[in-house]
Amino acid sequence: MLIQKPKAYQLKDNDVTDENIYNGRRNVLKTMGFLGAGALLGNTFASKAKAGFFDEKIATFNTYKLDFQPDNKNQTLIKTPEKKVISHNNFYEFGTNKTDPQKNAQQFKVNPWQLTISGECDNPITLDHDDLTKSFSLEERIYRMRCVEAWSMVIPWIGFSLADLIKKAAPNSKAKYVAFETLYDPNQMPGQASRRIGGGVKYPYVEGLRLDEAMNPLTLMSVGLYGKTLPPQNGAPIRLVVPWKYGFKSIKSIVGIKFLTHEPPTTWNILAPKEYGFYANVNPEVSHPRWSQASERRITTGGLFARNRIETLPFNGYGEEVASLYKNMNLRKSF
Amino acid sequence: MSLNLKLTTKNKVFFLKIVIHLLAILPLINLYIAAFNDQLGADPVEAVIHFTGIGALNLLLITLAVSPISKQFKWAYLLQTRRLLGLYVFTYAFFHLVNFLAFEVQFDMSLFFEEIIERPYITIGLVAFMLLLALAVTSIKAIKRKMGKGWQTLHNFNYLIILLVAIHFYWSVKSDITEPLIYWVITLFLLRFRFGKFKRWFSHK
Repeated sequence: MLIQKPKAYQLKDNDVTDENIYNGRRNVLKTMGFLGAGALLGNTFASKAKAGFFDEKIATFNTYKLDFQPDNKNQTLIKTPEKKVISHNNFYEFGTNKTDPQKNAQQFKVNPWQLTISGECDNPITLDHDDLTKSFSLEERIYRMRCVEAWSMVIPWIGFSLADLIKKAAPNSKAKYVAFETLYDPNQMPGQASRRIGGGVKYPYVEGLRLDEAMNPLTLMSVGLYGKTLPPQNGAPIRLVVPWKYGFKSIKSIVGIKFLTHEPPTTWNILAPKEYGFYANVNPEVSHPRWSQASERRITTGGLFARNRIETLPFNGYGEEVASLYKNMNLRKSF
Repeated sequence: MSLNLKLTTKNKVFFLKIVIHLLAILPLINLYIAAFNDQLGADPVEAVIHFTGIGALNLLLITLAVSPISKQFKWAYLLQTRRLLGLYVFTYAFFHLVNFLAFEVQFDMSLFFEEIIERPYITIGLVAFMLLLALAVTSIKAIKRKMGKGWQTLHNFNYLIILLVAIHFYWSVKSDITEPLIYWVITLFLLRFRFGKFKRWFSHK
């Protein structure tokens, strides 16, 4: 009899099984287990078991693998572990604590979804759930993400350039700005239903960019991270990523994109105009009124003793690509 | 209840103090073990800062509640736990400050001093801490005896401290002011019991 020992590089069965199929199999096994138990113990126990008697996490949002072009230039950046990327989120629609969105968003429905692109353009578009991942070729972009609260992460996003989408919509000559809007659905988003949970923010969340900022090749429409579709706490099914601006510009769970002649209102600017500007470019020279922006804590691995404070770079280190957008501007005034 | 009646005042105070020690120390140990092992969410630094800050504030409010409660229910022995509670307020505030210095700014002393000078909410926090330090040091019995009447005057700064801390918390949050407002309501409620005292102080001057 031939005994084969798998080599380390050889894929095991579970490595090549698609996550959906894998979960499906587990469900089959679970149901079988319940039927068996149900036959023996009656329905009460079985229904209890179904409600999570044995499983610690029964209801997690299903993400699935995406096909994409890997980002070969930036693989050397030390990434923030996926576990941290999906558990430390500012998404006030699901609560103001960093851990709230992961707790409260798992039932979020992203299919069906409609993203409409409208306003000053010749070719308005509506994308539904499947279009978001299938209309454009997807690529990985490993970006630094700098939060206005002076912490940062390195995240491998999957998505496509916003410029590609804009070109399809063909904005006309009057279009100077692009406005974005998050889904408004208080039934699904407890922060929109209650001022207390939502931090007193006026919803829906709105953001905006100048058209040339939106057309910059760095500006990403993200549909995934770490090789899979986005979990809801990170802005499923589609979000913006503008890596040279503070994180709050990167609006999540977008349903509307509109071309405008004028600068659109933006959520944090409405809430506290002295603290958050329309541009919100990462700038170590301009402090937030209540803390310095000169340095940041990079969240990677390691506990309390991780020495993770690093200098903050102008435009979050993307100056070469974007500084020219702001040539004749006073960035202290237009913060 | 019957057990309770048999306890002498000395025993009651003793047991109460043990409970206070356990409730104050165990969460702190648990917190730092989890934080050192990266088991405290994605950002253990933020977590330890918030936990010790809110912990100090909660303990301070409990300290302020002791005298109204002991008056209301005629539990005079409660007053004997105030010193211990106050020292834990200081301990939590101390860890809160150490967290900021060691883990948030990571001993970047120029940044530390810049933040203290330029950010009013941090300035206020540090002033409150200095006052707490003064109260903690003067809680040593020999010093207390030497101070005579001055001791009570100094320890009345407790009321200023709670106001400073409530402002510090209110100013530190980004937008969700519900929680700080709840703390303000509790603070004003507890200060309300001292209304007569405040009136006397101001009418004498």
